[in-house]
Amino acid sequence: MATEKATRMGYAEGLLVLGEKNDNVVVLDADLAGATYTGKFKAKFPERFFDCGIAEQNMIGIAAGLSLSGFTVFASSFAMFAAGRAFEQIRNSIGYPHLNVKIAATHAGISVGEDGASHQCNEDIALMRTIPGMTVINPADAVEARAAVLAAADYDGPVYLRFGRLAVPQIFSKSTYKFQWGKGSVLTEGSDVAIVATGLMVNEALIAAEELKNDGISARVINIPTIKPLDEDIIVDAAKDCGCIVTAEEHNIIGGLGGAVCETLSTKYPTPVYRIGVEDVFGRSGPAKDLLHIYGLDAAHIISAAKTAVSKKES
Amino acid sequence: MDDKLKLELQKYALKIRMAVIEGTYNAKSGHPGGSLSIADIMAYLYAHEMHVNPQDPNWEDRDRLVLSKGHTAPALYGALALQGFFPLEEIPTLRKPNSRLQGHPSMRMTPGVDMSTGSLGQGISSAVGMALGAKLKDKDYRVYTILGDGEIEEGEVWEAAMFASAKHLDNLVAIVDNNNLQIDGTLEEVNSPYPIDEKFAAFGWYVIKINGHNFDQIDRAFDEARRCKGKPTVIIAKTVKGKGVSYMEYAVEWHGKAPKEEEYLEAMSELREELAELDSE
Repeated sequence: MATEKATRMGYAEGLLVLGEKNDNVVVLDADLAGATYTGKFKAKFPERFFDCGIAEQNMIGIAAGLSLSGFTVFASSFAMFAAGRAFEQIRNSIGYPHLNVKIAATHAGISVGEDGASHQCNEDIALMRTIPGMTVINPADAVEARAAVLAAADYDGPVYLRFGRLAVPQIFSKSTYKFQWGKGSVLTEGSDVAIVATGLMVNEALIAAEELKNDGISARVINIPTIKPLDEDIIVDAAKDCGCIVTAEEHNIIGGLGGAVCETLSTKYPTPVYRIGVEDVFGRSGPAKDLLHIYGLDAAHIISAAKTAVSKKES
Repeated sequence: MDDKLKLELQKYALKIRMAVIEGTYNAKSGHPGGSLSIADIMAYLYAHEMHVNPQDPNWEDRDRLVLSKGHTAPALYGALALQGFFPLEEIPTLRKPNSRLQGHPSMRMTPGVDMSTGSLGQGISSAVGMALGAKLKDKDYRVYTILGDGEIEEGEVWEAAMFASAKHLDNLVAIVDNNNLQIDGTLEEVNSPYPIDEKFAAFGWYVIKINGHNFDQIDRAFDEARRCKGKPTVIIAKTVKGKGVSYMEYAVEWHGKAPKEEEYLEAMSELREELAELDSE
C-alpha cells in the first residue's frame, strides 16, 4: 500500500522550504496552527508568523495590509472559516485589489470527519471560483500540495489553496512531480470515458479506472489540481476522444469542478457529464473514511457513473 | 498652530467640500454628508500630516491612508486632486463608467488610493496589516485609517482593534468620524456604539477626543498620536454631518443623496462665499 499523508502536511513542508529561501514570506493563522500545520513554520520562523487569534475576518485584512507592505502572505484557517466566514473579506480586500495573498485552507470537505457538518466545507471551491482573478488549487496528494505551495509563492496574485485533514495515498513522486500552473494532466490513458478528478478523489479515480478495465471499459483519468483557471483544452480533448465525462470531487456537486467542467463543455463541446460529489446535502459526524463512502465519494460510485455514462452513450 | 497654516488648511478643506458637491452633483448619487464631516481632517492629513508624493503614488516609504468608511470617497478624491495625484477636472466624472473615480475607493484605478475599501469594517484591518508590515520592514512610515461612527458597529473593527494593541502598533492612527448619524437615524436610534472612547480604551488604545472641525485641536491630536509609544491611537472626532453646506448639516437624509441643480448652486455659492472671505483675510 502506498504511503499516506495529508495534503495539509504537504502545505507545511512547502512553507518550510519557502521560509528558508524567501525572507518575504509571512504566515498568518487564526488559532489553528496546530491543526493547519502552520505551527511547523512558526517553530522555525517565529518572527514571520502571526497568530491573529479567532478572528478570521481581521486576519484576511491583515494579510491584505502585509501584502501591500511587500510581503508574500499565506493566511490559514479551516476552509469553513477562511472561504466561508471570511468570504466577503477575501472578495473585497484581497480579490478586488488583486493582492498577493494566498488563502491556504485546510480541513476542507467531508473528510474532516468527526467534527461534523459545521466544519465540513463543501462549498469553498464554488465560493472562491466566482471571485474574479482568484486562482483555485486543490491538490491530490501531499507531493502535489507541497509543489503547489511553492508555485503559489512564485505567482503574484491571489490564490486559494485547498488542503485536507485526512491522510491520503501518495500518488506522485517528489523527485519527478512538476506542478504546472493552470494545467491538468492525464494520469491514465483511455478512450471510452474520461474521469476528471481533483483532490482526494484522484486516487479513487485511478482505482476506478483499473477496475473498469475488467468490464472492458477504457477510462481516461485526468487530474485537475488547478480548478481555476481550468485547463479547458484537456477537458475538451477528453470530451472529443471519449464522448462522456465523469467528474469526481470532495465538494458539493454544485459549483465545484463538476460545475466548471459543465460550464466549459456546454459551449465548447457539449458532452454528457456525470458529477460525483456531495449531493447538495450537509455532512455529519463519523470517521472520515466511512463518510466518504456514505456520501458516495469513492471508486465504487465513480465506476457506477462511468458505466452509466458509457451505456447511455451507446444507446 | 500658526494662523497662516490654519488659514491655508481652512481653504484647503473648503476646496475639498466643493469637490464633494461637484462630484456628487454630477454623479447624481454618492455620499455628501459624511464626506463633508471628514473634510477638515482629510485636509489636515493630506496638506500637512502625511508624507506622500503625487509624482510617485506608490513610493515605498509614504504614509498610508485607508479610508475605511469608503463611501466618503468624494472627500478623499478632493484631497488627492488638490495634491496633484490627478487633475481636479476629473472630479465631475465621479461614478461614471469611464472614470477612474469609483463610487468607493479602488486602489487599482485611482492614483493615491492606498487600499480599496467600501465594505465597512474591512479598511481598518488592512491598515493594521500595513502598520504591522512597516514594523516588520523597519520602516518609519505611519498608517492612518478613517472610520465612520456607524461603521464601528461592525465586529471586524473590534477584531482589528484587539490585534493592533496586542501587537503594540504605535505607527497606526484611527480616526472615528463621530457625526452621530447613520443611514437609518442617529447612532442611539439604530444600535449605539457609545461610549466609543471607553470601548477603544478597553481595547488598549490611546484615546484622544477632539472637535473634528477645529484645526488647533486636530493639530494637537495628531502631534500627540505621534508621541504616543507602544499602543495605537484613536482620535474620536466630534463632527457635524454635512458640515459646511447649511441645509445638509445635521440632516440624515444627506447621507447618500446627491444635490439637485438648485441645491448644488446654493451649496457652491455658500462655499465660494466662505472661500472668498478667507481669501480676503
